[in-house]
Amino acid sequence: MQQPNKLSPFFENLNFERDDNTMVINFGPQHPSAHGQLRLVLELDGEQVVKAYPDIGYLHRGIEKMAENMTYNEFLPTTDRLDYIASTSNNYAYALAVEKLLGIEAPRRAQVIRTILLELNRLISHLFFIATHALDVGAMSVFLYAFREREFAMDLMEDYCGARLTHSAVRIGGVPLDIPDGWMINLRNFCNKVEYELEHTYNALLQENRIWKMRLEDVGVISPEDALSWGCTGPMLRGSGIAYDIRKEEPYELYGELDFDIPVADTNDSYGRYRLYMAEMTESIKIIKQLILKYDETEPQLMAHAPQYISAPKEEIMTQNYALMQHFVLVTQGMRPPKGEVYVPTESPKGELGFYIKSEGEPYAYRLKCRAPSFFHTGLLQEILVGTYIADVVTIIGSTNIVFGEVDR
Amino acid sequence: MRKYVPKDNVQKQSYYTDRFHVVPSTPREEVSTDEAFAKHLETLSAKVEIKSSRIELGSMVVEINHEDNYKALEILRDECGYAMLSEMSAVDYLAKDGNFEVFYQLLNLKEVKRMRLVMRIEQGLAVESVVPLYKAANFAEREMFDMFGIVANNHPFMKRILMPDDWEGHPLLKTYPLHGDEFASWYEVDKIFGKEAREAIGPENRDPARIDRYDTKRFSRVGYEVPFGADISEGETKTEIEYSKTFLVDYTKDSGEQLENRK
Repeated sequence: MQQPNKLSPFFENLNFERDDNTMVINFGPQHPSAHGQLRLVLELDGEQVVKAYPDIGYLHRGIEKMAENMTYNEFLPTTDRLDYIASTSNNYAYALAVEKLLGIEAPRRAQVIRTILLELNRLISHLFFIATHALDVGAMSVFLYAFREREFAMDLMEDYCGARLTHSAVRIGGVPLDIPDGWMINLRNFCNKVEYELEHTYNALLQENRIWKMRLEDVGVISPEDALSWGCTGPMLRGSGIAYDIRKEEPYELYGELDFDIPVADTNDSYGRYRLYMAEMTESIKIIKQLILKYDETEPQLMAHAPQYISAPKEEIMTQNYALMQHFVLVTQGMRPPKGEVYVPTESPKGELGFYIKSEGEPYAYRLKCRAPSFFHTGLLQEILVGTYIADVVTIIGSTNIVFGEVDR
Repeated sequence: MRKYVPKDNVQKQSYYTDRFHVVPSTPREEVSTDEAFAKHLETLSAKVEIKSSRIELGSMVVEINHEDNYKALEILRDECGYAMLSEMSAVDYLAKDGNFEVFYQLLNLKEVKRMRLVMRIEQGLAVESVVPLYKAANFAEREMFDMFGIVANNHPFMKRILMPDDWEGHPLLKTYPLHGDEFASWYEVDKIFGKEAREAIGPENRDPARIDRYDTKRFSRVGYEVPFGADISEGETKTEIEYSKTFLVDYTKDSGEQLENRK
């Protein structure tokens, strides 16, 4: 018990110096390393975490509720706001789920463009990951270099669809636009640039960096059993030595005919995951380079032909009466997919992004559930943070690569 | 007469439905058409009562009784290789059938098979928590409770997850309006300023497209423009539209004469 007087005032935190006492600290929701709106309540014994409680919901916008009150096409731009770092992957996951429900397939050129955009978004997301993860751990310069490259990638996205962050670059049944002139040349230059920078800048700065390795090695170890049980997907699962990539195992779009490898890390720690992200970027570049060659072989059709669900091309709408009538019905009432339910998983940069859609044959989805990888990775925090030191907490959060747009939805 | 709006489902409804529109169904197959799924179903049906089963768009859907969920998932995990619980949540069928549908989306990584275990549960009943089998259910069951009010028994921390702890109502129920209910409109006012401030502040406007008829600070009626912030509760006077007289022909004045001239 303290006996405060004028010379020794009452110190609240003196209690914490007792052996049997723990300190409860509040991390976030406005912490710069909280990757958005994560609030972590940490119980500390000295500097060691005894208990961690991730508190989420600060970015909850009720996107699943909105999906029940919007037609299928209306909802698509809302999916941009899920994983806002790589929004095309959300647009795509949603569009693919609806397409599967409708039983239609995008034309070949749209598939090439979509796959390019997906991999470009993977690059954007992974560059963002490297940048912020390094910044969290304390390596400022990597952040500057990686953001420079990410800026180029966002310029490419802007040249394609006009938006830098909330792309909505995919439509149900295809893509809205063809590739603009000279875009492929810029894309190839960008790929070469990133390839060069990966080797000469990021790897040179980080890979054998003594401090980087000390901060990351054996930090945030997730055993393969835990990774499966907690529903870890994407780099979090492959970082634990389980080679499961939906692009390879359950190929969608053009991934079945592309030549790429699935990098796996078996160290289970943050350093392994960092190496994995770097390797995945190399694979993405490899995929994009193959797709650039495939583009020229395709026919110019961009949207699937399914008059019942998808509006005809603009030329037809402007020249043919029935196309215009059907377009009017589809815009004002919305498409009515068949009755049924579907769950479609895709490999987003963060992991398995899946949409479960329950349709009752109405223009509004009866229920839409977005399976967001970050949601489950946040749940995992309550277990892997226990026993680590407070200095590693930020490293581990950074290494899980969670984005709060899709955690809270 | 006011249009009838069903109270048990206040979500947006289609304003027009063709009387002769027949809703098609997604293609469904027998489970026996797929070897791996058939084997899994056989293992499961030996110990758990199966209510229905099918293959829909590439994944198996098996319906069971809600009491068997833990047992069924244990068999699926240990004997059929469904090592990962991708997702679990519920669908509100209270208006239609008077119950919820709870689904567990499972993944078998070795055989690359996905299946969905579904079960119907009445309102007020609880499901058994599957956290001991799949830790992923920890957050997912909390979200299901938060959104639908379905409690999971023996869950380690059955609290709300996305909504605040002191929230009332479950937002994903079909009876819950998109813009929030009465409680939602007062929540922040009560929380920040206290109940006594209700009259001064008024309920929260959760409809961003709402236009207040008497708000002259943000809106002005064409033809009835008044000074900024003026009180128009007593009505406002019509403002005459003035046309430019510099280079446009003024048809408001002597229009008859001018038209005559043009003839």
